[in-house]
Amino acid sequence: MNYSIALKTIVKKEVYRFVRIWPQTLLPPAITTALYFLIFGKLIGNRIGTISGATYMDYIVPGIILMSVISHSYSNVVSSFYSTKFQRNIEELLVAPVPNWVILSGYISGGICRGLLVGIVVALISMLFADIVVLHPGITIAVAILTATLFSLAGFINAILAESFDDISIIPNFVLTPLSYLGGVFYSVDMLSGFWQKVIMGNPILYMINAFRYGMIGVTDVDIQLAIMMIVGFIVVLVLFCLYLLHKGIGIKN
Amino acid sequence: MKALSISNLKKTYKNGYVALKGIDLEVEAGDFFALLGPNGAGKSTAIGIISSLVTSTSGSVSIFGHDLMREREQAKSCIGLVPQEVNFNQFDTVKGIVLNQAGYYGMPRKLALERTELCLKQMDLWDKRNTISRRLSGGMKRRVMIARAMVHAPKLLILDEPTAGVDIEIRRSMWKLMKEVNQQGTTIILTTHYLEEAESLCRNIAIIDQGKIVENTDMASLLARLNVDHFVLDLAEPLAAVPMLEGCVIERVSDKVLDVSVPKAIGLNQLFSQLSANNIKVLSLKNKSNRLEQLFMDLIDSNSPKNNNESVIVPSPSGRGLG
Repeated sequence: MNYSIALKTIVKKEVYRFVRIWPQTLLPPAITTALYFLIFGKLIGNRIGTISGATYMDYIVPGIILMSVISHSYSNVVSSFYSTKFQRNIEELLVAPVPNWVILSGYISGGICRGLLVGIVVALISMLFADIVVLHPGITIAVAILTATLFSLAGFINAILAESFDDISIIPNFVLTPLSYLGGVFYSVDMLSGFWQKVIMGNPILYMINAFRYGMIGVTDVDIQLAIMMIVGFIVVLVLFCLYLLHKGIGIKN
Repeated sequence: MKALSISNLKKTYKNGYVALKGIDLEVEAGDFFALLGPNGAGKSTAIGIISSLVTSTSGSVSIFGHDLMREREQAKSCIGLVPQEVNFNQFDTVKGIVLNQAGYYGMPRKLALERTELCLKQMDLWDKRNTISRRLSGGMKRRVMIARAMVHAPKLLILDEPTAGVDIEIRRSMWKLMKEVNQQGTTIILTTHYLEEAESLCRNIAIIDQGKIVENTDMASLLARLNVDHFVLDLAEPLAAVPMLEGCVIERVSDKVLDVSVPKAIGLNQLFSQLSANNIKVLSLKNKSNRLEQLFMDLIDSNSPKNNNESVIVPSPSGRGLG
């Protein structure tokens, strides 16, 4: 059987879904981040000065872009897959000879596409406020794709295990958003006291944001190799866990 | 060739409910097969396992010789499922739903478009191809599900109560369509609550109750077990008293309507002879209830724990239906 056709079908369906509802999926991040750049970058940032040699506006741009990538790759998969489950059209896939890895790849690809597209939209908005030249395009793109993959996988797990619409909003609201804000989007680890510096190093999002920031402006608080290895390691673990859940039919079969 | 072969299939749900207690079932290729049973009997669980929507506790399922566990994808390729409830994306267009399903089955785009057009035309839905599916009527939604199940030309089509809630006109047109599909070589397994539907469409039948197969035979043999037919007679003139007809049980419904139970041994000719002899003119006659419905109820009753008579399904000595 030709699995590439099944995969292409799922990806097309997923991309078409978020493009069709662009006022809900692509427009809000453009407006929200424009406000971030205006308030934090322009109005407050001018009073803060520089961090590690970068202006405050330049410093926060990578973090805000990656934060958008994280939240949108996650929310795309969690809402799409949970709706599929809720409306029971997951049965269309379960009845068909589509292997679990194709189902997973299809939904994750949809999440990556939306995460990256939102990232590009936010990057374009940032050009109105900052004049950034990307120093390491390879690292920047790689970290964006890996991060979008990781959070798409996390969204997939959330959707599989969720039993109600409440369950798909708990993680984004109470876990992802705090970790993103505390992940060094708006500040450097050096600005914290010794104890909090150690605590904050336990936040995986800090590594992703710093790796991405290094790719864009060459400034980081963490080791880049460690950050990338960490993201890849998380991806491997989550892929295996997703395949296990699909194999067992947890949350999708009786 | 067996289209479906089920061996000792068991299913216990997490809450401890035993839905299937080890069922064995075989369906020949090309058959039109009815799987009947009361609500909660285990039909939907059995169909769920066959179509990979429910995981079995133990036992095996083979579809056209492909074991569902070991050759999952080959087995799944043979099946098309029309579920009980609408389960497509209600925000998709009719064409999109069918086309996506073709994609899931690995069908190249050009062929998928051709098959989608064919199936939608067969279902009389081609004019609605660009309509968002939630705007369709209930009957149209059911036809979308049939088109979707047929798009990859499955060898085995499973119809889980396909005509539930649709009006009689659509039901009749769907029966016609199902017959045509079967005549073209597709094996069909049908579950339905309309026993008239099963009687008129299916050649073989299995009845499932409390997680067990309580009957598995051909339709003709099953119906032959019914020893008494019940008729309602509309009379030309009112009757003053209920006539005595030999061998028949008669009940007066109203002055001009009689309810008559006629043993097969007596038959309609003798009944009418006796009616003529009594100078009773009959305007019309109809079956009081569906024949299969009566047998079905007898079988389910005999399987009931209250009757303590789990598996003996034979005509009673009195000749009144099944004991």
